[in-house]
Amino acid sequence: MRLYVMLIYVFLYAPIGFIVGGSFNSGKQAMVWQGFSLDWYGKAFSNPLIMEALTTSLYIALVNAVLSAIIGTLTALGLQRVGGWTRAGFDALIYIAIMVPGIVIGISTLIAFVTVFDAVNPLLSVRLEMGAWAVIAAHVLFNTAVVALLVRARLQGMDRSLVEASEDLYATPFGTFRQVVLPLLAPSILAGFLLAFTFSFEDFIIAYFVAGPDVTLPIYIFSSIRRGVTPEINAVGSVVVLSSFILLIAAQLILRRSGRPAG
Amino acid sequence: MNLFMYQLHRGVVGEVDSVIEFRKVTKRFGDVVAVADNDLAVMPGEFLSILGPSGCGKTTSLRMMAGFEQPTSGEVFIRGANVTGVPAYRRPVNMVFQHYALFPHLAVSANVSYGLRQRSPKPAAAEIARAVDEALAMVRLSGYGQRRIHELSGGQQQRVALARALINRPAVLLLDEPLAALDRKLRRDMQIELQNLQRDVGITFLLVTHDQEEALSMSDRVCVMREGRIVQTGSPRELYDRPVSRYVADFVGKTNFFKGPSAGEVLSIRPELIDIAASEAELPAGVSARFSVKVLNRIFLGEHTEYVVAHARLGEFMVMAPRKTERHAGLYEIGEMIAAGWRPEAERILPND
Repeated sequence: MRLYVMLIYVFLYAPIGFIVGGSFNSGKQAMVWQGFSLDWYGKAFSNPLIMEALTTSLYIALVNAVLSAIIGTLTALGLQRVGGWTRAGFDALIYIAIMVPGIVIGISTLIAFVTVFDAVNPLLSVRLEMGAWAVIAAHVLFNTAVVALLVRARLQGMDRSLVEASEDLYATPFGTFRQVVLPLLAPSILAGFLLAFTFSFEDFIIAYFVAGPDVTLPIYIFSSIRRGVTPEINAVGSVVVLSSFILLIAAQLILRRSGRPAG
Repeated sequence: MNLFMYQLHRGVVGEVDSVIEFRKVTKRFGDVVAVADNDLAVMPGEFLSILGPSGCGKTTSLRMMAGFEQPTSGEVFIRGANVTGVPAYRRPVNMVFQHYALFPHLAVSANVSYGLRQRSPKPAAAEIARAVDEALAMVRLSGYGQRRIHELSGGQQQRVALARALINRPAVLLLDEPLAALDRKLRRDMQIELQNLQRDVGITFLLVTHDQEEALSMSDRVCVMREGRIVQTGSPRELYDRPVSRYVADFVGKTNFFKGPSAGEVLSIRPELIDIAASEAELPAGVSARFSVKVLNRIFLGEHTEYVVAHARLGEFMVMAPRKTERHAGLYEIGEMIAAGWRPEAERILPND
C-alpha cells in the first residue's frame, strides 16, 4: 500500500522535479548536470520576451477569471429561476461547452472571429483583429461553463429556507442576495475563479489559434522548445509551478478563514 | 392572558381585532387544492396551533401568513391591514423554521441581530448589542454570542432561532413544526419553555404541528385541518370532549369507535371512560353498558395500564385503567375473562367522515 502510493506520487511529480532540478543546472544543456547555479533564473527574468509573454498570460488569465466568475455566477443564479425545457437546454449547452475539445473551441472561435471581423471591420473606424482579447473571449466561453457548474452545485445544496429566513427578517431581495446568498456561494465562486485562472494561464491550444500577434507564456515555451530545451525554460516552468502552488495555498487559507466567526 | 381569552370566547369582553386573519383564503398548486376557502382569526396574545397530518394545508397556511406564498384567492390581514400580495420582508411577522434555517456563515449574535440590522434607519451598534444580549438572555443563551452555529446542539439552535425571531417583537410568531427535529426528552422541555416564553413576552404564537400531544399541551386554541379545510377550532378540552366528527376524535387523543346507530355515524368512547372489573356485578354503580370481555393485551405504563379487550359482538377495544382503581382491583392477566362498561355520558355519536 505504502509503496503503491509512493509510486503514484513519483509518477506524478518526477517530471516536475526534473524541470525544477534542471533549472538549477549551471550548464547549457538541460539534460547534463554541470553544477548548481541560479544564473538561469536571472537570465529568464531579464529576458524581455519571457517577461512580456508572462505579463500577457497573467493579464489574460486574470481578466478571464474575473469575467468567468461573474458571468458564471449570474448564469447559475439565472438558471435557478427558470424551469423545464429552458433549463434543460441551457444545462446541455453548459455540458457541451465543457466537453468540446480545446482544439475544436480553438478552430471554431478562430473561424467565428475571422467571419465577424471581416463583416464588421469595414463599418468600424477601429480595426478588430486577433490578440489577447480574442483569447480572453474564447477562454471565457469555456470557463463560464465551469464556474456555472460549480456555483450551481453549491446553490442546489443550499438550504432554500435560508433565503426565506432572510426575507422573513425584513431583508429585501437584494439584501438577501448580498448578506446570505453571496457569502454562501463565495467558496464555490472563488474555486471557479481559481480554476478559470489556472486553465487560462496554462492553455496553449486555444491561445495558439486566436492569439494573433500576441505571445502567451505557453506559446513562448512551445516555440522556444523547438530550438531545444534550455535550463532557462526550466526556470520559467519552475516559477509557474511555484506560483500555482502559492495560489492554491492562498485559496485554501481564504476558504478556511470563511469558516471562522465573522464580526 | 388565558382568562382574557376565556372571556373573549364567552363574549364577556367586546370584539377584539385579530392579529392575523384569513378571509376565504384558497391556495392551489396546479390542480391540487392545498388550502380551501379558509376563514381563520388569530387573536392577540393567544397560543394557537394548527393541527393536522402532513399534506393537510397547515404549512401552506403558515407560509401564506409569512408571505412566502400568496393565496390564489381570498385575503390575508395582519393587524387589520390587508397584506395580500405583500412580500415576506414587508410583513411584521417572524418565523421559526422547522430546521431553524440559521445562517451558517454568521455567528450567533449576527444571526440574532439580522432582523434589526435590516431596518432603516439602522439602529445604533450599542442598541443592537443590548437587544441581542436581552434576546439571548431570554432564551437562556447568554454568553453564546460569538459561537458558531454548528458548535451548538439542536436545542440551542432552536433557542437561537427563537431569539432571532422574537428580538423583532413580531405581531405573530409563526412556528413551523419547531420541535420535530428534537429528541423526545428535549421536546418535552422545549414545550414547557415555549409556553413560558409565550407568557413572558406576550407575543401571539401560531404553531403548526402534526403532533396532537404538542398541540393540546401548549395551545390556548387548536385548529384541526383536513385536506385543506378547517374542521374544528376550539380549546384543547373542547376538541377532546366535544369533537365534531370521527376525524377530530381520532386525531385528538386516543379513542374507540363502535358501530353507530346509523350508517353515517359512529359511537366514540374514550378509553379512560371505560371501567373494568373482575365481574359485571363489580362494575361501579351508574355504569349502564356492561359487557363480559376477554383480556387480549396489557401494557403497564406506570400511572395507568392500557388493556386491549375483546367482546364477542363489539370486537376489540382499548381501556385505560388508572393506577388508583387498579390498586384494589389488581392487575388482570392476558386471557382472563373480566367485565367492562361505561356510563351513558361517555357515549358520543359522531358523523363518520
